[in-house]
Amino acid sequence: MYRALFPRDAFAELDRLQREMQQAFDISPTIRGLARGGFPAMNVGNTESSVEVYAFAPGVEADAIEVQLEKGVLTISGERKPDAPPAPGDKSTVHIDERFAGRFRRVVTLPDDIDPEAVSANFRDGVLHVSIKRREAARPRRITIH
Amino acid sequence: MNDNTQVTQGAATKTAAASAVPAGTVMPPVDVVENADGITLRADLPGVAREGLNLQIEADTLIIEGDLGLSVPQGMDATHVEVSFPRYRRVFTLSKELDAEKVSAELRNGVLTLRIPKAAHAQARRIPVQAG
Repeated sequence: MYRALFPRDAFAELDRLQREMQQAFDISPTIRGLARGGFPAMNVGNTESSVEVYAFAPGVEADAIEVQLEKGVLTISGERKPDAPPAPGDKSTVHIDERFAGRFRRVVTLPDDIDPEAVSANFRDGVLHVSIKRREAARPRRITIH
Repeated sequence: MNDNTQVTQGAATKTAAASAVPAGTVMPPVDVVENADGITLRADLPGVAREGLNLQIEADTLIIEGDLGLSVPQGMDATHVEVSFPRYRRVFTLSKELDAEKVSAELRNGVLTLRIPKAAHAQARRIPVQAG
C-alpha cells in the first residue's frame, strides 16, 4: 500500500477543507479583500435606503477609532492598546494570549449609490456601527436617439 | 474535541458539568494572566451590554455567556458576515487554589475583565531552606 513519506495531518487536512468550503460559499471578495479573521471583525448589510457596517472593536475607546469615507471606500482604523503591563517585580505568567493588540485598519468598498454626506457612526459596547444612506434611486431617463 | 479551556495549564480536574459549547455560539478570544495573587481573565465580548452578560460558577466550572444586543434595521440583507451568531459562550475549568467566592467582574467597551483571587492558603509563600 502506498504511504506518503510525510503523512498529512488529519487536522491540517480538515483545516484546508474548511478554508476551501468557506471560499466556495463566500461572496466574491473585492480587490481590497474584506478578508475574514481580521480585527475588527465586520458585518455588512444592506437595506433599501442604507448600507450598514458593524465593526466589532472591543476594548477601544470611541475617540481612538478613525472612520473615513473617501471615493466610496470606507476605512476604519485605530489602535487597541495592550493591557497595562504588570508592575515590575510582579511575577506574572501569561497562560492564554488570544486577544488582538496593536494598530488596525480595515477597508470596505461601498456600493456606488451611497450618499457620502449622509453618514452616521456610533460606538457602543465595543461595536462601531456606521450607517450610510443611499441616494434616492435615480429616475429612469429616456435616451433620445438622433 | 474538548471545548473546555483550563484557566491554568496545571492539571486541573475536568468535571462533567463542563458541557461542550453548543452550536450557534461564538467563542470569544481571551487573555489569561496569573500572578501571585490570582488570575486575571479578559474576554472580548463586543456588543454585549451589562444586562446581556451571564457569568456562572458551578463547582470549579466558570461559564461566560453574553448576548449580542445589536440594533439592526428592519429588512436588512446581510452581505458580509463574520460574527454570525448572536451569543458568545466559553467555559473554563478553574483549579482548586482559586477562590471562586471572591471573583470580581467588570464590563467596559465590550471587554469583560474577571479577577479571580487565589485562596489565602494557596498564595505563594517562601519556603526557607535550612542549611544542615
